[in-house]
Amino acid sequence: MVSRRDLLKAAGIGAIASGIPGLSLAGTDGEERFVLVILRGAADGLAVAPPYGDGNYRKVRGELALPAPGDDGGLLKLDGLFGLHPSLEGIHGEYQDQRALIVHAVASPYRERSHFDGQDVLENGGAAVGVARDGWLNRSLLPLGSSLGDEVAIAMAQTTPLVLRGDNSVMSWAPSQMPDADDSTLRRLQAMYADDAFFATRLTQALEAQEIAAGESMMSGRQARGNNAQQTRAMAQATARFLTADDGPRIAVIEAGGWDTHANQGTTGGALANRLEALDEGLMALRDGLGDAWSKTVVAVVTEFGRTVAVNGTRGTDHGTASAAILLGGAVNGGQVVADWPGLRQSDLHQGRDLKPTTDMRSLFKGVLSEHLSISANLLNEKVFPDSAVAPRLTGLVRA
Amino acid sequence: MKKDTAIAANRFGLGARPGDLETIDKDPKGWLLDQLEGPSRLAGDIRDLPASADVLVEVRDLRRSQREMSDPANDAPAPDIVQKYRQLVRRHFLEQTNARYRAAAESDYPFHERLVHFWSNHFAISADKQPLPAIAGLYENEAIRPNVAGNFYDLLLACEQHPAMIVYLDNQRSIGPGSTLGKRANRLRRDRSIGLNENLAREILELHTLGVDGGYTQDDVTTFAKVITGWSVGGATDNGRFADGDPGTFQFRSPIHEPGDHEVLGKRYAQSGVAQGEAVLRDLAVHPSTARFVAAKLARHFVADEPPQALVDELAATWLENGGELAPVYEALIDAEAAWAEPLAKYKSPHDFVISSLRAFNHVPDDTRFIVGALDLMGQAPFRPGSPAGWPDTADEWGGADALYKRIEWSNTVARVIGSRVNPVEIGDAVLGPVFAAETRKAIARAESNAQGHTLFLASPDFQRR
Repeated sequence: MVSRRDLLKAAGIGAIASGIPGLSLAGTDGEERFVLVILRGAADGLAVAPPYGDGNYRKVRGELALPAPGDDGGLLKLDGLFGLHPSLEGIHGEYQDQRALIVHAVASPYRERSHFDGQDVLENGGAAVGVARDGWLNRSLLPLGSSLGDEVAIAMAQTTPLVLRGDNSVMSWAPSQMPDADDSTLRRLQAMYADDAFFATRLTQALEAQEIAAGESMMSGRQARGNNAQQTRAMAQATARFLTADDGPRIAVIEAGGWDTHANQGTTGGALANRLEALDEGLMALRDGLGDAWSKTVVAVVTEFGRTVAVNGTRGTDHGTASAAILLGGAVNGGQVVADWPGLRQSDLHQGRDLKPTTDMRSLFKGVLSEHLSISANLLNEKVFPDSAVAPRLTGLVRA
Repeated sequence: MKKDTAIAANRFGLGARPGDLETIDKDPKGWLLDQLEGPSRLAGDIRDLPASADVLVEVRDLRRSQREMSDPANDAPAPDIVQKYRQLVRRHFLEQTNARYRAAAESDYPFHERLVHFWSNHFAISADKQPLPAIAGLYENEAIRPNVAGNFYDLLLACEQHPAMIVYLDNQRSIGPGSTLGKRANRLRRDRSIGLNENLAREILELHTLGVDGGYTQDDVTTFAKVITGWSVGGATDNGRFADGDPGTFQFRSPIHEPGDHEVLGKRYAQSGVAQGEAVLRDLAVHPSTARFVAAKLARHFVADEPPQALVDELAATWLENGGELAPVYEALIDAEAAWAEPLAKYKSPHDFVISSLRAFNHVPDDTRFIVGALDLMGQAPFRPGSPAGWPDTADEWGGADALYKRIEWSNTVARVIGSRVNPVEIGDAVLGPVFAAETRKAIARAESNAQGHTLFLASPDFQRR
């Protein structure tokens, strides 16, 4: 059978340099991997990494407070102030091996409480809603080389999330169960789309993704539609396969929903604990799938905003402000919690109800892009995160 | 044949069936306007569905027997009850999606149907929270369908008081801290506080009426949440509380309603009981921000991803002049020159793409499970947008490379499974008429088989835009 790649060549679209990695990261050896995991729905940072050592924690969290490290079902200790949710065992292991760190009390510049606007700001990289119609990760691809045919980045989703949308061409992939169209039909479609750039570029990208995905029978549609944990694991395995393909992408975006815990959030068990366990298993599957490449990898796990410090009337939490972010991977300068802790007294809180942001999410992103992918300060400050002078890059997140 | 004919069928409708264009060509605008009347035009499948209240009672009874039969030693529900529950939910969900997609495939009033789907998405619930898969389609038929051409207030009220919305956004759990029951509970149980859940109040303001920039504050959200405490669902809950009211229907519960006057958006509401929330909704329905926000969504849905501001302004003005009556707004939309300007300005959503491909083959499937599966793969799983914001409505949301590939696979599936012996070029002529490009036509004519031609036709840019 003709491979998709042959098909592309035959059609004269997307010349692919064989044997040469499809990208050369400026100032790096091109082996660095970066994975952005977006938790949609506002994950509760005070449950992900609870500040058990803060004298007010137990009081303000009431029935949602988690047991202290060492207690039954207790937190996994990070340091004297912070612990990790007991469902995050894998991440904790990486933390102990100096390959994971937590950034706490972190938030994008967005200060209202709409999920959709919050995600817009998190992804557009600007200081407000709607300031850009493309995403910061797409804008940072510029020096990484992303002409058609050697896309550096992939969205693990049917539709590309805003953070990866923009001028630079990216791939996208998600599992299917419908029958493949045959090569003759695809060739004719390529011809039919030739004068319509919207369709032509997308078909070319899709065919490339099919090529990599078809390398091994990686995941059937059925598997991918299993329960949340199976789904997350299967997606992580697929991501690893793309990121380790010879001329495949080196940057991936994964999305995970279900974090909007307005009611019955639970503590060591329950709705949120299950989500966290699935996330943890998925991240460990990604680590295992990446193999040797894990040592060159940074995974950033972020969410649009946090949740209220107080428990609401339905044993859940409402939309808040600052949350926690996780950096994970062999390239991470792990074993530390990066936080200018604002405290949990009423007077410490943002508008008297939310964890106060003390670190700008853009500082975190800048730190990773700069230290891990060697993106220049100029590009970061002018193009990738315009109007971000108030958010200087964090240093020391990535191993020197 | 007039270009407007193809626009009426494809942009405002759900895509032409062979033969439709001849009918529409006599008077494209008139064909659309005629569809605005009444809710009576219901496909048989939809008329035959049970009431959501009955389904909710069925669900509740099963949950009760689950509790009675659960093993007291480990508190785990009996496995066959779990199985029964899954079957029950699945049966209802499939019955409702069947009715929805069969109706869409065979409707003679596709503009009316589009409006139902538009509002269903505007007032979105997502069937990934139990037991909503069992009533998601019924919500659309009960709250949306009868009200699409009436006054926006009636539509708004029907949606916010439907059990599906109340359960989806947790309002039955929201308890006024100063209410009779809230005060008593908080006196008795000091270990945890009972109180507000601001989910529904926030989404009404942000997504259903004013829009996120519509000029409300966090205080408005909190106060409005207090105003609608007590908006609940009748009948006893799982744990036996609240026996009053008809099970599975809207029920106002005064013992959990936060008493007193409340100020929302600078206006004082002194009504008591359910009337207080209704009064706020009445004002929201004719608030200039609501008119602007919803008019922009309508224009974006039907006309262009970036609709002309003049059109949005005109629709919003019509809205306010007519006190939120929707028919005049639709008429203004149909009358607007901009709506007829560019023949293929919009990239179809997966939903519209799939339905129009069924109509192109005049195919009404008996079993629509393959549609549910395909839409899931294209990123638009039926009744499951995943958030109360509903599905987005612009090409860049649907324009991922993988999503296009799934559309090609779908086209291929349709061509294989339901493709007819009819020549694909003839179908193209009959369905796209004057907007079927000569080049596309030529490429399809050269296909190596009828089936390949059908695939090429459905996957063509001409068919995927409207």
